[in-house]
Amino acid sequence: MAQQPIELVLLKQWATYITIPMWIMDETGNLVFYNDPAESIIGERFDVVGEINADDLADRFITRGLDGEPMENKTLPIVIALTEGHPSHAQLQLRGLDGSWREIEVAAIPIAGQGGRNLGAFAMFWEMPNE
Amino acid sequence: MNVQLWGTRGSLAAAGADTVEFGGDTASVEVRGSGGEAIVLDAGSGVRPLGDKLVGEHRIDILLTHLHMDHIQGLGFFTPIFNPDIETHIWGPASDGMDLTAHLGSYLSPPLFPVRLRDLPNTEIHDLKPGSFTIGNVSIDTDLICHPGLTLGYRLTDGDATLAYLPDHEPALGVESFPGDPDWTSGFGLIKDASVLIHDAQYTDDEYPSRVGWGHSTFQHTVDLAAMAGVGTLVTFHHDPSHSDEMLNEIHQQLAAQDLPFRLVPGRTGVALEV
Repeated sequence: MAQQPIELVLLKQWATYITIPMWIMDETGNLVFYNDPAESIIGERFDVVGEINADDLADRFITRGLDGEPMENKTLPIVIALTEGHPSHAQLQLRGLDGSWREIEVAAIPIAGQGGRNLGAFAMFWEMPNE
Repeated sequence: MNVQLWGTRGSLAAAGADTVEFGGDTASVEVRGSGGEAIVLDAGSGVRPLGDKLVGEHRIDILLTHLHMDHIQGLGFFTPIFNPDIETHIWGPASDGMDLTAHLGSYLSPPLFPVRLRDLPNTEIHDLKPGSFTIGNVSIDTDLICHPGLTLGYRLTDGDATLAYLPDHEPALGVESFPGDPDWTSGFGLIKDASVLIHDAQYTDDEYPSRVGWGHSTFQHTVDLAAMAGVGTLVTFHHDPSHSDEMLNEIHQQLAAQDLPFRLVPGRTGVALEV
């Protein structure tokens, strides 16, 4: 089947309507979509960036804790949702594709399809207010 | 494969003088494989007269796309299913929380129906998930598609012939511009390069805006999808019960005037195709 699963198709359609920044990864960890509201945090339009292979994500997006210490990929909420199959939440700093660092709050949820299919994970995130 | 349409109406049977040509019976399609396989797609009211034709079979496979009433209401009137000499197999979607037997049993049991599913003499129920299976010479791919409730589309392949069957399908739901990226279009994997596509064409462009999310396509959505997928023949299906023969004929004449890149076959009951 040369087509995304219906669960991802519908999720992407929903993501294009909501105003919460959202990003979607497929079951192998490829970034397959982020919506318009996410573009100001990620630092580039999805139409320009396109899908990003799982192996390239860590090089494109640098993360660290709020204390400035580097974060291991396996501790990122989206990676936990994808690999461990449960929701995860964190506050962290993200260096976007425009080179700017932003403090964000992330909630990631696995996408479990019918028949026990692991279809990927999605994350919603917010830029934290400056205090 | 040989295909014959026994019921092409959607949502509700619509008998009457205005629906004689396209037919008033709900979804049911007969498929005959190269090895003689007797496959029935959906069991709407059209499956009742089809059953009279299949009384001499040894095995019949019924593939249900989903469990809305217009796709299962003929099951209890399908004569072969009560014959112990005929092996009937019913395939259809099962959710993780409830199997197909439980779902069908809620219809085929009192007080909704006098005969219980478990009392059928020679019937086997098969839960389907997205994937592939075979019935004789016919290989079948199935996948979940965009329609309220758990709904499967089917792609049947027999040698070089491919039949795609998506009778209830709303791939344009929530899409800003349709058709869009094929990889992100519901059902595309089932439809791509099919010899014949039987597809939902329930609404006109004027009707659709007040029915968004009900799980169906406009004629134009269906035509655009078929063109994008490169199908050989498109058969319109699941006609709205309010659409008369006169109206459907007029719509199909307008579609045919578009210089379509495939053969357009209006989905009239009785239409027979060699795939």
